[in-house]
Amino acid sequence: MFVQIAKRLIMMLPLLLGITLISFVVIHLAPGEPTDLQTQLNPEVSSELRERLRAQYDLDKPLLVQYGKWLGRLVQLDFGESFVQDRRPVAEKIAERLPVTIMINLLSIGLILLIAVPLGVLSAVRRNSLFDRFTTVFVFIGFATPSFWLALLLMDFFGVRLGLFPIAGLKSLGHEYLSFGRQVGDVAHHLVLPVFVSAFGGLAGFSRYMRGNMLEVVRQDYILTARAKGLSERVVIYRHALHNALLPVITLLGLSVPGLIGGSVIFETIFAIPGMGKMFYDGVMMRDYPLIMGVLVIGAVLTLVGNLIADVAYAMADPRIRRR
Amino acid sequence: MDSLMPSFKRPGLFMQRLKHNRMALAGAAIVMVMCVLALLASVVGRDPGDIDVSRQLLAPCWEFPLGTDDLGRDVLARILYGARISLLVGFVAVGISTAIGVVVGALAGYYGGWVDSLIMRFVDIMLCFPSFFLILAVVAFLEPSIWNIMIVIGLTSWMGVARLVRAEFLSLRERDYVQAAKALGAGDGRVIFMHILPNALSPILVSATLGVAGAILVESALSFLGIGVQPPTPSWGNMLIAGKQTLGTAWWLSVFPGLAILLTVLGYNLLGEGIRDALDPRLKE
Repeated sequence: MFVQIAKRLIMMLPLLLGITLISFVVIHLAPGEPTDLQTQLNPEVSSELRERLRAQYDLDKPLLVQYGKWLGRLVQLDFGESFVQDRRPVAEKIAERLPVTIMINLLSIGLILLIAVPLGVLSAVRRNSLFDRFTTVFVFIGFATPSFWLALLLMDFFGVRLGLFPIAGLKSLGHEYLSFGRQVGDVAHHLVLPVFVSAFGGLAGFSRYMRGNMLEVVRQDYILTARAKGLSERVVIYRHALHNALLPVITLLGLSVPGLIGGSVIFETIFAIPGMGKMFYDGVMMRDYPLIMGVLVIGAVLTLVGNLIADVAYAMADPRIRRR
Repeated sequence: MDSLMPSFKRPGLFMQRLKHNRMALAGAAIVMVMCVLALLASVVGRDPGDIDVSRQLLAPCWEFPLGTDDLGRDVLARILYGARISLLVGFVAVGISTAIGVVVGALAGYYGGWVDSLIMRFVDIMLCFPSFFLILAVVAFLEPSIWNIMIVIGLTSWMGVARLVRAEFLSLRERDYVQAAKALGAGDGRVIFMHILPNALSPILVSATLGVAGAILVESALSFLGIGVQPPTPSWGNMLIAGKQTLGTAWWLSVFPGLAILLTVLGYNLLGEGIRDALDPRLKE
């Protein structure tokens, strides 16, 4: 088992190298430089100063040299310093924002599983029933709903009109003065809308997938055997079938990591949540190369880690895979 | 198995199945209505750029069925013109991603060996990126314009098609008719494009149809974030910015452009799934 994980970790290295190289080249080939923001709008900046700034950031060196230097620092977990005013280390900024994004994504994965699994199972068990048709319609609408639009409608209705939920940020004014229990409650109150929005898109996909798995599993011989043994329908479906239908969901969870992380840009920007997505959006607007690179790499690493965890979990849950 | 597949060689059977698929029909209807509306935008609606402050933020009424925005522009006209943008972005982006995916997938699947492993490692790497991050970064660095968006969406969404095409090629290249074509002296290019590709078209068609929906969603999200289609050009995404600014006061600015996105995406998804079902003999019971 450990040998397998170690093997997978080693295989991740070339992948990681490719990821960093591609993102580095893409970002640096794009026109526009971070020094533009400091110099373009200011007519008094001489071309000499411009060159000095460029040299300071190594922008005058060949691309490969820049990449080599950046990679050398990356190995020491040093993502460089942010280009914007505060000049703080990128690693520190990401470390500050990442927990928020991971927390929201974990919450929304939890919500997705909590709703999508029963939904998919029920609509598979009662195939072609009214419930199944209703779920199918919901799934198609869920697939087609832009998450930012849903966020907008919910903010308009529950936030502004009814005033039930806050529509921006993670904490109320005066959050520090609350007791610990109240603080948790306050954050939870702020998280209701964002978590629901980020889960909504995944709900449709997962319940559809769950339904398909269930229908596939019910056709298998071991289900026939279980029924032939005289087990009750309840035990057949919820013990034998569900267990096997749940297995592929683990893989899908791993695969959905990049989508969830990418989606965090949208809902964090809309709800003004101080997470990695919002920071990335701001960084893109400021052409903050080190920050963008740092977040891209972290995002890709999270994806790789997500896939690894999914594979390990799958192997633990399914003895057929473990043997190989 | 082959004879069961209603492929493009038997369009009659395929069309017959498609006609009996209510999902596909509904999707096709939505898609066609949207295309017609987009084409007729200049005939049906008024000028989408006509600013008149005296009729600012009018609620839907007889004269302005979907209301007016913060500059007094007709929301209906802007949605109709926005349809042009969305459909254009969808089609061109999917055209680019399909072209890349087909070529890359065909090369990997046909040649196999080290070409295949090299290409598939590259695909794996591309799949690791949260693609919205990558798109956002590139679009923001380039000038935000419709063409850049289409190109970037196309360049970051070809991996699924490539995998599909590769899988098809892996199985098709061993078939007798391919061996026969090779024996007759057909070159690789001819075998790939004239003999194998036509038989691998069905999954490509399904994925392209679904891809249009995806591209429209991404474009609207980018425009909503302010780095997609730039005002005053109307797009469904950037119309929603006005909706956000008038939160709680002008519901029609938030509701209608979003509904337009939802309906269009729904239409392409239904059509794509419908085509898939019509092509898959196993689903008929």
